[in-house]
This record gives sequence, structure tokens and C-alpha cells, in this order.
Amino acid sequence: MTERVPATLIDKLWNTHAVAMREDGQTLLFIDRHILHEGSFHAFNQLKDRGARLARPDLTFGIADHYVPTRAASTAANPEAAGMIEQLARNARDYGFLSFGQFDPRQGIVHVAMPEQGLTVPGVLLVCGDSHTSTHGAFGAYAFGIGASEVAHVLMTQTLWQKRPKRMRISVEGTLPPGIGAKDIALTIIATIGADGAQGHAIEYAGSAIRALSMEGRMTLCNLSIEAGGRLGMIAPDETTYAFLRGRPFVPKGDAFEQAVEDWRHLQTDADARFDREVTLDAAAIAPTVTWGTTPEQAAAITSAIPDPDQVADANKAQAMREALRYMDLRPGQPISDIRIDRVFIGSCTNSRIEDLRAAASILNGRRSRVPGLVSAGSANIKRQAEEEGLDRIFRDAGLEWGESGCSMCVGMNGDTVPAGERCASTTNRNFKGRQGPGSRTHLMSPTMAAAAAVTGHLTDVRRLQAE
Amino acid sequence: MRPFKDLTAPACPLPIPNIDTDQLIPARFMRRPRSEGYGAFLFHDLRVEADGTKRDFPLNDPAHARCEVIVARRNFGCGSSREAAVYALADFGIRTVIAPSFGDIFASNAVKNGLLPAQVTEEDAERLLSAGAMVAERPVTVDLESQTIVAGNLVVPFTIDPVWKKQLLNGWDDIDLTFGQSVEIERFCAQDRQARPWAAPSVP
Repeated sequence: MTERVPATLIDKLWNTHAVAMREDGQTLLFIDRHILHEGSFHAFNQLKDRGARLARPDLTFGIADHYVPTRAASTAANPEAAGMIEQLARNARDYGFLSFGQFDPRQGIVHVAMPEQGLTVPGVLLVCGDSHTSTHGAFGAYAFGIGASEVAHVLMTQTLWQKRPKRMRISVEGTLPPGIGAKDIALTIIATIGADGAQGHAIEYAGSAIRALSMEGRMTLCNLSIEAGGRLGMIAPDETTYAFLRGRPFVPKGDAFEQAVEDWRHLQTDADARFDREVTLDAAAIAPTVTWGTTPEQAAAITSAIPDPDQVADANKAQAMREALRYMDLRPGQPISDIRIDRVFIGSCTNSRIEDLRAAASILNGRRSRVPGLVSAGSANIKRQAEEEGLDRIFRDAGLEWGESGCSMCVGMNGDTVPAGERCASTTNRNFKGRQGPGSRTHLMSPTMAAAAAVTGHLTDVRRLQAE
Repeated sequence: MRPFKDLTAPACPLPIPNIDTDQLIPARFMRRPRSEGYGAFLFHDLRVEADGTKRDFPLNDPAHARCEVIVARRNFGCGSSREAAVYALADFGIRTVIAPSFGDIFASNAVKNGLLPAQVTEEDAERLLSAGAMVAERPVTVDLESQTIVAGNLVVPFTIDPVWKKQLLNGWDDIDLTFGQSVEIERFCAQDRQARPWAAPSVP
């Protein structure tokens, strides 16, 4: 009998997809799902240049999200954006793959709508030309973002050459305090290990606080893996995963589903498997966290003050902090909860799922927002569900705009942007300079924290409002 | 793909950490066809004010107008997977970026477009960035075979994944190699259908 070598889930999934290996160590991986959005036109142009065909239309799925209009004002006239959406639809027709266009009832943000359709299941290898593809790892899938040349390679071959990543386990143990969610865990991790802390690594999230998260929370956490530099993050599947998936349109039906669950139960890291790096966090120590700078690693607890670059020994780090504070128009020592905001955005592939909308609505219910803002559900289905639950009325009554689903103000490609100089409390994933529009200032936070900021007009510890 | 063997060209210092791909090219330019060239969009919002006037940014300095090398601080190219960030660098004329670390997706995209991501230690990056090492009129030499950078009197080694090195030196891309694996791919699929029947999407 051969001795079983203990393996991580990361390695097990890698091995399952290995088609061939080169002398130089590169492995050819089979791709179970290839998801495309409007930005795929660069890759289709490469395909056309080579006169190549689409290898596996049955494993290729499109969705319009980056350029779709998400508010009445942006729907008016944006012919360039409309052209991008039409180009995806045309490629779907020409190459014969299923694509959820702007008015399809299954449309939504790729990382929200595809899991919702049951296209993301445990054990699959999924790629998409978008860095937040790490989201799908929440289901125990091996999922990562790729560039246009890699998209073209997958279109033509349904495979990719990759180097095996190093393995990192981030364990969050204990119970999260009330009012703290997956976004706070993720921002705390990034602030702890840095925006490049997981570079070259695949991450597995583990620990009792992770197990306790809903699928929505797990997706939020895995989504932000890339902001810590990790190309992918994953969570081993469990009953929470199977319960979420059961009955979704594209999962196996009937007995085949239960048989799949039996297989998926084996997708676990062996108890004695080794990781290249281990990080452990205490769930009880995590506070509501917001970013104050221009990289997600510049994040701190809402109860703290803006750090002072003069107190930082590393001269380069201090210089980067000063530049971030200059851009954000903030000063060292200022209490973070004193920061006034001009606008709020609730949406994006990070935080636009039904649980996120319910959480934000629970704070806004019966209250008014002091600033204008936009709420954009992650998918057309979630929008409908939220309306059935009356959440749209809560947002509207609070004075916020209830928009359509899409990437929207997270990246501003559809024209929905934060005006220059304005400060936005945002449930998104990147506080980069100009990310939400040239000159915009972004503070990242959870949906409840964004709702609390809307109610008070400044960054606010949501626990204060929850206590009222 | 154009092979990369060595390069002797002016370098531009960008002493900034965490330069994300949104800085390299703002999202609003990405709908443009590549054939029009992406060079004008490189660092657009760091180079140009909203009213069109030029900002004080190293790449706006006429001394750096012809640079083909950029030296930056850690985590260059983090963030969005947009390959347009590499198109913008390449179309501007940049052929090498030297930094202590790179975003994984950016580095992969770079190599696929013949742009060398040369990884140096934090200390060597600072040496290169320091005033004396890089003088606009004195070119920097980057040699991929020996993995060295020469800037004036300074000689520093850099690292690169050996697979990427070979691809850059030969100007290879993967696709022809992969087409040669079609039998293996078919064999994999046949076995995999038995092993993982649930992996295929079930049509509703």
C-alpha cells in the first residue's frame, strides 16, 4: 500500500486539473468554467487575428456587468458603453456561447450572478478576466483572475499553463463580536499582512469564525483576497455551501446533486498538510474597519485615529502615508469617526448580495440619509428579491437612489462616478486614487458601516446606531 | 512576441509603492481599440489635470520622454487584471519595469507582451532610485541572460521566474505549445467526465 501524502485543498484541486506538466515545472490546467464580460473584446480580437475557433462554447459563459447603466441618469446617452455591451452579445452569437445580456433576468455582476445561477460549484476550476474572480473560491472552487492574453488562450484551448502557487492559510478563530462581518475580517487581514502580503500565494481561509460565515460573507472575504496580493482564496465546502447550491439552475439535478455532495465532502485540507505560510487572527479582536488612505492596506478600526506618518520608522512607508493623506485631505491624529462624507455607494461584487442589502437596510430603516447615494443590487434577481422584501422602499425613503445591477460606481466604467474632490463611503473593494472617478476619495467599509455613515453624514461606528 | 534579450535605454524613477493598474490606465480608456495605441493613457490622471494642464510627474519631464525603463517601489501593478495597463506601458515605449515586487497578474500579463518585470531587493531598488544612480542622459542597461542591471557605477542583480525568462528570451507565447497538447487534453476530458460528472454545468 502506498502511503498517502497529506495535501492541502489547494493542491488537491490543482492536481485534479493537471492535464500535462512541462520540464520547467509549468502545468497545463483544464478550465471547467470560463466567464467573460464586456472587457473580453481584446481577447476575441486576438482569437480573430489567429483565425482560431472557440474550443468549448459549452464551458464559456458571458455576462454584461462592467458597462451596464445602473441609474436613470446614466441610461440616457452613453453610446460607447452600449457598444461594449453589444460587442459581447455579438461575440456570444458568433461563437455560440450563452451570455446574460443587459436585459436578461439572470444578468448581474459576474461574481454575484454566476454563483447565484449555480455555475460556481465546489471542486471546479474557474477563470475570468477580472481580478475579483477569487470570489468564487468561497464554494471550494479554484478560481482566479487572468489577463486578456490568458483569456484568449482559454478561449482557444480551454486550458492555461500555470506555476503551482505557494500555499497560505489564514485562520480566524473564535466568535465575531456583534456588528462585525466578513468585510471587517478582510480589511483587517489586508491591514495586517499588507496589500502584497499574499503575493505568489493561494489562500485557504479556515477557522471557526470562517465556518460561521454565510455564503454571502464567504464570497465577500474571498473577493478581497486579491487586495492582499493573493491571486485566489478559497474556503472548503460544507453544509452551508450545499444548502446554498441545492436547486440552483445549473447544478446537477436530483440524485446527481446528492452524489456530487458526497464527492465534494472529500474537498478538505488533510489535517497534517503543510502550508508555506500560516496567519492566525482572533475574531474577537476585530472591530468595524474602514480605509483612510489610497490602498486597502491603509485601513484601521473606526474607533481609532488617522495614524501619524512621523511616528512611522520606515521612511518610504511614511512618505506613502503622507501622499495618501494629502490626496484624501486628512490629517494625522484626526479621529476616523470625524471624517465627513459627501456620498454613499452600496454595491459591487464585494457587497451587493441580499444579505448585504438587508444589513444596510436594517440601519437605514426609519432613518434618513444626510448625503446622496446609490444602492445597486448585485444581480437582477437580487434586485427583485430585495423589492419583494421591501428593502427598496427603505432605501428610497432614506433618500437613496435604487439602481440597476452592475459594477457601477465601484469602477465608474458605465459613467456612474464620484465627482472630483467628493468623499464616498463605499462598500467596494478599491480605494485607489481616482478609482471611482478622477479626483474621487473612497473609504471602504461594510454595508452596515456605509449605511451608518449615510445616516450621520460622517464615518460612524455602526454599533452606536445598532444600540439605539 | 518580440524577444527580449537586453536593453540599454534611459530610465525613469517613480519612487512610489503600490502603483495599481488603475493608475497605470484609468478604466474609462479601456474601451478604446488597441490599434489606436494606448501610450497616451499611461498614468493619465497622474500626468494630466482635469483641465488638461500637465501635472508635476516624472514622466512629464522632457528628460524622461524617451525612457524605456521604469524603476518603482514595491507591489507595482497591483489591483485590476486589466492587460491594458501593460498595453499602456508598452505603447509608451516601456520595455522593463524594475521593482521589489509585482502584482501577480500584472507580471504575467507583462511577460505575455514582451515587457520584463525585473524584481530587485528593496535595498537595490532604493539604490537605483537614489539621485546618483539614474541620470536622465545616462542610459541604464538591463541584461536578461545574466539578470543584471547596470546604472552608472551601480550593478545590481534581478530575479525573474525561469519560465518567464525563457519565454522573453525566445519571444515565445504558449498557444502553439498548447495546440500540440490536444491529445492529452482530450484524454484528460474523457477520464475527467467519469471522475467528476458534476463538473459539467447542468443545463436548466
